[in-house]
Amino acid sequence: MAREMMFAEAIAVAITEEMQRDPSVVFYGQNMAMTDRDPFVRKFGKDRVRITPISETAEMGIAVGAAMCGLRPIVELYMAEFMLVAFDEVINEAPRLRYMSGGQVKVPCVFKAGFGFAAGWAGQHSNCTYHAMMGIPGLKIAVPSTSADAMGLMRSAIRDDNPVVYLHHYMLTIDKGPVPEGEHIVPFGVADIKRAGTDVTIVATAWMVKKSLAAAEILAKEGISAEVIDPRTLAPLDVKTIVDSVKKTGRLVLVDQAPRHASASIVIAGEIADRGFKYLKAPVKLVTALDTSVPYSEPMESYVLPSEKKIVDAVKSVLAMHAAAV
Amino acid sequence: MPTASQLSKDRLIWMYTQMCRIREFEERVKRTFVEHPGVIRGHAHLGDGAEASIVGSLATRQENDLVMPSYRCHGYPLVLGTPARALMAEIYQRKDGVCKGFGGSMHLADPAHHFPTASGIIGQGIAHAAGAAYAAQVKKTGQVVYSFFGDGSSKQGAFYETLNLAAVWKLPVVFVLENNSYQAYTRIDLEDANAIAGDPLSQKAKAFSIPGVTVDGTDPLKVYDAVSQAVDRARAGQGPSLIESKFYRLSPHGNAITVPPVPTQFQEHEAIEVYGNKAEFEAAKANDPIKKFRAHLIGNGTFTDADARKIDDSVRAEMDEVVKFALASPLPAPEDAVKYVYA
Repeated sequence: MAREMMFAEAIAVAITEEMQRDPSVVFYGQNMAMTDRDPFVRKFGKDRVRITPISETAEMGIAVGAAMCGLRPIVELYMAEFMLVAFDEVINEAPRLRYMSGGQVKVPCVFKAGFGFAAGWAGQHSNCTYHAMMGIPGLKIAVPSTSADAMGLMRSAIRDDNPVVYLHHYMLTIDKGPVPEGEHIVPFGVADIKRAGTDVTIVATAWMVKKSLAAAEILAKEGISAEVIDPRTLAPLDVKTIVDSVKKTGRLVLVDQAPRHASASIVIAGEIADRGFKYLKAPVKLVTALDTSVPYSEPMESYVLPSEKKIVDAVKSVLAMHAAAV
Repeated sequence: MPTASQLSKDRLIWMYTQMCRIREFEERVKRTFVEHPGVIRGHAHLGDGAEASIVGSLATRQENDLVMPSYRCHGYPLVLGTPARALMAEIYQRKDGVCKGFGGSMHLADPAHHFPTASGIIGQGIAHAAGAAYAAQVKKTGQVVYSFFGDGSSKQGAFYETLNLAAVWKLPVVFVLENNSYQAYTRIDLEDANAIAGDPLSQKAKAFSIPGVTVDGTDPLKVYDAVSQAVDRARAGQGPSLIESKFYRLSPHGNAITVPPVPTQFQEHEAIEVYGNKAEFEAAKANDPIKKFRAHLIGNGTFTDADARKIDDSVRAEMDEVVKFALASPLPAPEDAVKYVYA
């Protein structure tokens, strides 16, 4: 039996249940746990649930140190961009210390942040920063698109013995979806086929999965069968599931909210060029944000970001059913 | 804990011996650049001059207390019990290195001897130390964490963010700011507002409403007394303190930065090389913490000159063996490079 749950609620339930299961899990960040009435403080006390000042380097650096000494910290960072002010901890400390120590330490921590807030937050709070982290060995990146995945990936993130950047898309926050009963867990590195199809493979993450599924629905009405794949984790990246799908469909459209040259899609396109070229019947098509910062005004924001229409057009172009340049 | 004046004869001799081991180890690292060019790659940073500060601080430790230094990190594990041969083998990029050749001089680690890691990025290890202290606080282990960093680190954001949060959370951590007057190649009076104003760097503690004291870091007994008060306070749950330990780095920041195949060595200290201030360097050498402590212990009858010589000889013999071992240790297999990326 599945239960209906909001995306944000699924994350909170995962954190709560993991904290109940494992006393070494701690949870802290800015503007949380402000009073004794806070539900996490009530359940787990002020040692394990804490409020911090606006100090991302200290927040994440303390997580790294605590993780090496037996805790499993979850740092609530709110917005992925806030990690940028302390990026050394994300890319040059947390994922490197195990390696540099010759495997003597492990750094199990979760950096949790929302991203992609395409609701008028403009240039500094709407971005997709995952590309900058994808090439960092030792770091894992989870990017859920449904309530069930949000819960299951958070459980995996907390249990993982490596640093994990857990990115939840702001535009999905209040979406409801079914979540399996019990200790639902989603393993890292396993893509999910969100919709099966035969004519074209669409790969997307987070909010773009929702848009791609809507596009697939439109295409279905026109007799085009699109398969929609959500990698769910960008590191590790399940390239095999994508290659297997391309083997079947021969066509690939990559949808990504990030600007083209800072997208996960550009990495996936490279993998397919290397490992799946012979299965392609048409060039790989990328539907990404334009190479701009995100503008404030609504019509410009929409212009810059991928849309259902842009996805539909891209699919038609790789099917050679539509001559328009995309 | 006992004051420095109450330390036993054995403990004082142990302290002297550890100071000598650090000095001799660093001398061997420096000589390696001349005697075995190419054996040490990248950048190595020496702690000669810091011996009294390191040993005076660590003499206050209890068995399970943790130590998290910066990238100038050879001395601490020597005192904590890491075999010197494993440290030298690491610096020599060997398989028997304490990090199996993955880290090198700047990234030593030996959690089995209470040294989780060192970060090569200035100031970041301060936050990691506070994290270790947070773990100790949550798990109620009673441990105190020693965070060592240089005067340069005290201008990093990590320093300010971490000391504030450590004070707010009353973390069991002691921050030892090793003021050796030089931030890499830059004199402190070019880059530190307190130094320019003629104030001690321990004044920074006032910004966080925690105790801040400045101590003569060339005297291990004075360091011991200052750090022991901070450790007692931390262990009692009263939070962190900042100790400014003042001493002089007797070697330059690191070996000269060269591009292979141009060989690299340690050159003259920046005081001479950059600032043309030979008098400052000579004064620091005359104030050598090891010579001073040796004279002090002979003077108060802790040991005789002959006893001290015996210690000096045994330390030299140990480091002879250490260099021999490290040179003979095999290089790692190339394909080992893909190990340890993920736990």
